Amino acid sequence: MYLYKRIVKAKLFIDNHYAENIDLNNIAHEAYFSKFHFVRLFKSIYGKTPHLYLTAVRINKAKELLKKNLPILDACLLVGFDSPTSFTAVFKKITGSTPSAFQNGQKIKKQQISNEPLSAVPNCFATTYGWSEKIAISKS
Amino acid sequence: MITKLTHTCIYVLNQDSAYDFYVNKLGFNVHTDAPMGEGARWLTVTPPEQPDLEITLFLIAEGAMFDTETVKTMTALIKKGTFGAAVFTCKNLLATYEELKAKGVTFKKPPTKEFYGFEALFVDDSGNWFSLGQMEEQK
Repeated sequence: MYLYKRIVKAKLFIDNHYAENIDLNNIAHEAYFSKFHFVRLFKSIYGKTPHLYLTAVRINKAKELLKKNLPILDACLLVGFDSPTSFTAVFKKITGSTPSAFQNGQKIKKQQISNEPLSAVPNCFATTYGWSEKIAISKS
Repeated sequence: MITKLTHTCIYVLNQDSAYDFYVNKLGFNVHTDAPMGEGARWLTVTPPEQPDLEITLFLIAEGAMFDTETVKTMTALIKKGTFGAAVFTCKNLLATYEELKAKGVTFKKPPTKEFYGFEALFVDDSGNWFSLGQMEEQK
């Protein structure tokens, strides 16, 4: 169990400090592992190397920021990327779309829900909870 | 023939707190968070590796579905820990257990060996309990 605590501590460090210039050598050292042992254990638990995990965390956080309509450059810098070019390339590699295409898609989805709130809700829930009637009344 | 489960519902006592629990502690993704008028909110989350299963975090509140008495009864039952809502799985239970504990998640049962793998039980911020399993033994 102690071994897991050390790896989890390192993982949580990445979760909390993803925006900083993280040196994975230091994380391994802090967790009292050699770099090789640390990478091997981390990958066996989380299915990714610490470096790839850090990248995935950064891209997930960037998606959250882009959903909130932050400018792409701001999102890029806020999650720890130095260069917008590498941010765009990594974002596309992981998500399959560019940051701007992702953000536009989110805007369209938001607009659609704003215009037709019930488009996001299965009808059974909407009718059971009385939302269909309320929204129809508020529109009339 | 039925092919898939797309939506399921977990009744919660506070949607802001449930958001924090499921997103920030469990690491689920928000699928939809949309106002439905008069304070109602359609909030669904998905497990990280199951983006097409929407878990609706539905607020127990008076309305077309629940009258005052039902809200009172449901609230008391949820708080009491009556409802076991789902079974989740993870790749490494011991590591996930340590991580969730570090994030403040309450466990009713620490990981134990079962005939199919390992299992622990945790409780959400409302009182619903869940099984968290690892189906294969860690090599």
